[in-house]
Amino acid sequence: MHELAITESLVDAVTERLPGQRVTCVRLEIGALSGVVADSVRFCFDLVTEGTSLEGAALEIDQPPAVCHCRVCGGDFEPDGPIAMCPCGSAEVTVLAGQQLKITSVQVA
Amino acid sequence: MCGNCGCAEDAIVAVLDTDTARDTTRTVELQQKVLAKNDELADGNRRWLRDRGILAVNLMSAPGAGKTTLLERTTKDLGDTVAISVIEGDQETTIDAKRIQAAGSRVVQINTGAGCHLDAAMVAQGLRGLDPPSGSVVVIENVGNLVCPALFDLGEAAKVVLASVTEGADKPMKYPHMFRQADLVLLGKTDLLPYLEFDVRQYMTDLRRIAPGALLLQVSATTGDGVPAWYDWLRRRIPPPVE
Repeated sequence: MHELAITESLVDAVTERLPGQRVTCVRLEIGALSGVVADSVRFCFDLVTEGTSLEGAALEIDQPPAVCHCRVCGGDFEPDGPIAMCPCGSAEVTVLAGQQLKITSVQVA
Repeated sequence: MCGNCGCAEDAIVAVLDTDTARDTTRTVELQQKVLAKNDELADGNRRWLRDRGILAVNLMSAPGAGKTTLLERTTKDLGDTVAISVIEGDQETTIDAKRIQAAGSRVVQINTGAGCHLDAAMVAQGLRGLDPPSGSVVVIENVGNLVCPALFDLGEAAKVVLASVTEGADKPMKYPHMFRQADLVLLGKTDLLPYLEFDVRQYMTDLRRIAPGALLLQVSATTGDGVPAWYDWLRRRIPPPVE
């Protein structure tokens, strides 16, 4: 359940960047290959924000798909699930997108 | 009294305040990694280790895979030629730290309590506590868990995943995030292979699919089979001592 620590890091990051400001909405990007479960972050969010400037804030999570590049056939593809295998059968792939775990923006009152 | 509803006048002021607040709601672009702070601390650890000429490896596995037993053997076998110290991560107890200490390595125990992984701040503390000598090896024995430790950079030079044959051959497919990041996969407890249905060839094929760049070594800390290759792997990575 690393999502608890991740949600705590999220709250720390926002309160450090915007000290003393009341936050009404947090927008997150959780890539399909990030290893983080969006529903678990949602579950932790209300608990972790209690008593902070983020208490009561909405949480909007965007989950962009992964994009991989195959070093054998040269094609780009969206992996089916967490195992990045090219449809050509190769596992020699570079992940181009989908590993991100970031705060894109916040709304402050 | 307010003319509209009979409430106290200061209540109206409060409503106006809320309206004003709504007007001033603004969006602040952050575009910041959630784990940016951990990553910064990990980079700090990496610099600290590099400046002192110390090799740090992050050893990860499921609980009971045999991390501590492998480190006991490693400490005893390499003790005279390579200085090894260990940062022990467990939720509770100092059982593992005592075992490592008895084997002859310097050790610090970090108890994470409810936490399921080590993070860069804990490792920074552990490194300061150990103060390892230049030209030595620090093994960070992470909390036994094939999920959470995969996400937290500790500042290590390499990630080592230990998976024992008793866990079954499907672990790389079931825990791809962990195995994908591995520089080295140690397949442990191989002395038990005669008693198990474990297809090593299939395991290697699956691992190739998940982590094509990872090296696989088969080891048994009980019999010592295969451990020299693990020792060579470590020795090759030790930086020259810094004056």
